Amino acid sequence: MNDPFDPTTPDTTTDSPPVQLLTPAGQRVTDPDYSYDGDLADVQDLYRDLVMVRRIDTEAFALQRHGELGLWPPLLGQEAAQVGAGRAMRPQDFAFPTYRDHGIVWCRGEDPTYLLGIFRGSSLGGWDPADRHVALPNIIIGAQTLHATGYAMGLTIDGLVGTGTPDRDAAAMAFLGDGATSQGDFNEALDWAAVHQAPVVFFCQNNHYAISVPLERQTRVPIAQRADGFGLPGVRVDGNDVLACHAVTTAALQRARDGQGPTLVEAVTYRMGAHTTSDDPTRYREASEVEAWKAKDPLERVATHLRDEGVCEEWFAALDTEADALGEHLRESCQRIPEPDLASLFDQVFVETTVELDQQKAEYVAWRDSFEGSVA
Amino acid sequence: MTTEKMTMVKAINSGLRASMEADSKVVVMGEDIGRLGGVFRVTEGLQKDFGDHRVMDTPLAESAIVGTAIGLTFRGFRPVIEIQFDGFVYPAYDQIVSQVARMHFRSSGKVRMPVVIRIPYGGGIGAVEHHSDSPEGQFAMTAGLKVVAPSTPHDAHWMIQQAIASDDPIVFMEPKRRYWESGQVDTGSTDLPLWSSQVVRPGRDATLITYGPMVKTCLASAEAAVEDGLELEVIDLRTLSPLDLAPVVESVRRTGHAVVVHEAARTLGLGAEIAARITEECFFSLEAPVQRVTGYDMPYPPSRAEEEFLPGLDRILDAVDRALQES
Ligand SMILES: Cc1ncc(C[n+]2csc(CCOP(=O)(O)OP(=O)(O)O)c2C)c(N)n1
Ligand SMILES: [Mg+2]
Repeated sequence: MNDPFDPTTPDTTTDSPPVQLLTPAGQRVTDPDYSYDGDLADVQDLYRDLVMVRRIDTEAFALQRHGELGLWPPLLGQEAAQVGAGRAMRPQDFAFPTYRDHGIVWCRGEDPTYLLGIFRGSSLGGWDPADRHVALPNIIIGAQTLHATGYAMGLTIDGLVGTGTPDRDAAAMAFLGDGATSQGDFNEALDWAAVHQAPVVFFCQNNHYAISVPLERQTRVPIAQRADGFGLPGVRVDGNDVLACHAVTTAALQRARDGQGPTLVEAVTYRMGAHTTSDDPTRYREASEVEAWKAKDPLERVATHLRDEGVCEEWFAALDTEADALGEHLRESCQRIPEPDLASLFDQVFVETTVELDQQKAEYVAWRDSFEGSVA
Repeated sequence: MTTEKMTMVKAINSGLRASMEADSKVVVMGEDIGRLGGVFRVTEGLQKDFGDHRVMDTPLAESAIVGTAIGLTFRGFRPVIEIQFDGFVYPAYDQIVSQVARMHFRSSGKVRMPVVIRIPYGGGIGAVEHHSDSPEGQFAMTAGLKVVAPSTPHDAHWMIQQAIASDDPIVFMEPKRRYWESGQVDTGSTDLPLWSSQVVRPGRDATLITYGPMVKTCLASAEAAVEDGLELEVIDLRTLSPLDLAPVVESVRRTGHAVVVHEAARTLGLGAEIAARITEECFFSLEAPVQRVTGYDMPYPPSRAEEEFLPGLDRILDAVDRALQES
């Protein structure tokens, strides 16, 4: 395809079929290894998350278009992967997300307004990772996979793995994209996690692109298969199937918490939108490809299934109302995000500040205050 | 003379094209540089015209980009690397500092490293974290690396070609916030060698010493200072390592006042070296301590604070006032 050195680039997408429990048409199907154990109400909860997460995305996208945000990386198309994985986590687990994992932040229970703050240019994060066990989204590709591995090593040292106490045993979860699998950090993380049998799950959303670069330029084997060489299991899952993502991640996390070591999960999905609001994907991919993935929408199939199971239209309508309220909340809270105050940032560089920083802060404040009373 | 008005993006693009046409061993590599033409479109159209052997969309791994570029030089290639943004050069830091910078020295001068590492750098574009760093000082202080920074389309067009033609490894700092500004480019020739600084505005009251994105800011400051009856000389360093301080020394000996301006943090930034050298060379002409107007000693702040963080006209003129008052 796009490989300059070898025209026989292997197809990295059709090897072992991904685990699927709900087809694009909304049919429940079985898998020999995985099952979704929730009841209808649980599926409704997952659907609610899917709708909310999509709303965060479309709302933020619109805010960017209205000039309220500088940038937004849309997750459109990846809702099921994030909700399935995010809801498989327990409160004591710890998530290490990327800039696109708004759904993970949502599932951990942080106010998405923080995400608006980051992409508005008002803050570099905002929340305390310890509060809800979710790290600040990482922009440096692949770096967080090592953080998750180290966190997991710490869990082992602290005796929080394999004790058989479900509310106590914990795991770490690293989120990453297909492009990130080329980074040294990620490959080192797999090695370390395997060597230490660390309780960590690497959840890779293979959305087929790293900005403009297609999957074929990152790997010659399916991503899940890369785990083999490092000595940990790799699983491919339909990333647009929230039930399968939930089931596979639940099992991987349980393995980790039980002390049986790390797992690499490859969620096969598609980035329906641009890389970010600054990107123009028509320059590097065909509309027909996007169209084909539209038919595999992660929300539609769940809605079809719920309707087949007799969930009434009022419930769907109430959900829409709830999503509208979330949209309203985001639009309004975006307006109230405080402007960053440079003076206070001097105090955030170190725990114990330095003479240089104190001097520079005094100099800055004096300079800033010299404009006081002058016409802005 | 064949001058043409173009943006810096276009100027570098045409410079790359000229180098690739002149030497079939010049190869370009980086993330998203082929089909997309780079996130800033600096390499637009090059893959189409030179093929994907010579214009490579690499896997997402900066250390590997620089590491494999070293291997390519062993076969006589002259790799030109694009690092997508300043903040993404650090994964490649080891290959740059421990490998690229030392290969010639280790081999007693036998191995040549004609590698150019292009880095769109600096702030002022309202970007998210890791997209506004100014790491030039870290490379300038690394023995075995050369560092240059153009400030205009004309310089960018020629300096990239001169850098590619050089047999030494060069970190090429591109002031991304000036990418879309247009200027006249003489595509026929240039009269400036790569390793030279340049007086870009003559003056007699004080000397502003700067490079890259801050050249324009300093020129605007000098223009504004005219109202106060001040004539500020502005020097565009162009080359950061090695430094060409002859024009600076000559200027400061005349003006008696020096202000160094850069976006990078102050402590141990390039301004420190320049101030020391001015003190050494111009001590008896200096009428006031050398002033520095820089970013503060903090990681780059959220973009809505960057206007306050970055040196601007007011802070530069303030520093000029300080220098003049102390004399
Ligand atoms: C170390 C590093 N290099 C380059 C970039 C620029 N960049 C941002 S996102 C991206 C593509 C990432 O692709 P992938 O891992 O597949 O995640 P996706 O964006 O598709 O979610 C690149 C190259 C970066 N953020 N960090
Ligand atoms: Mg991707």
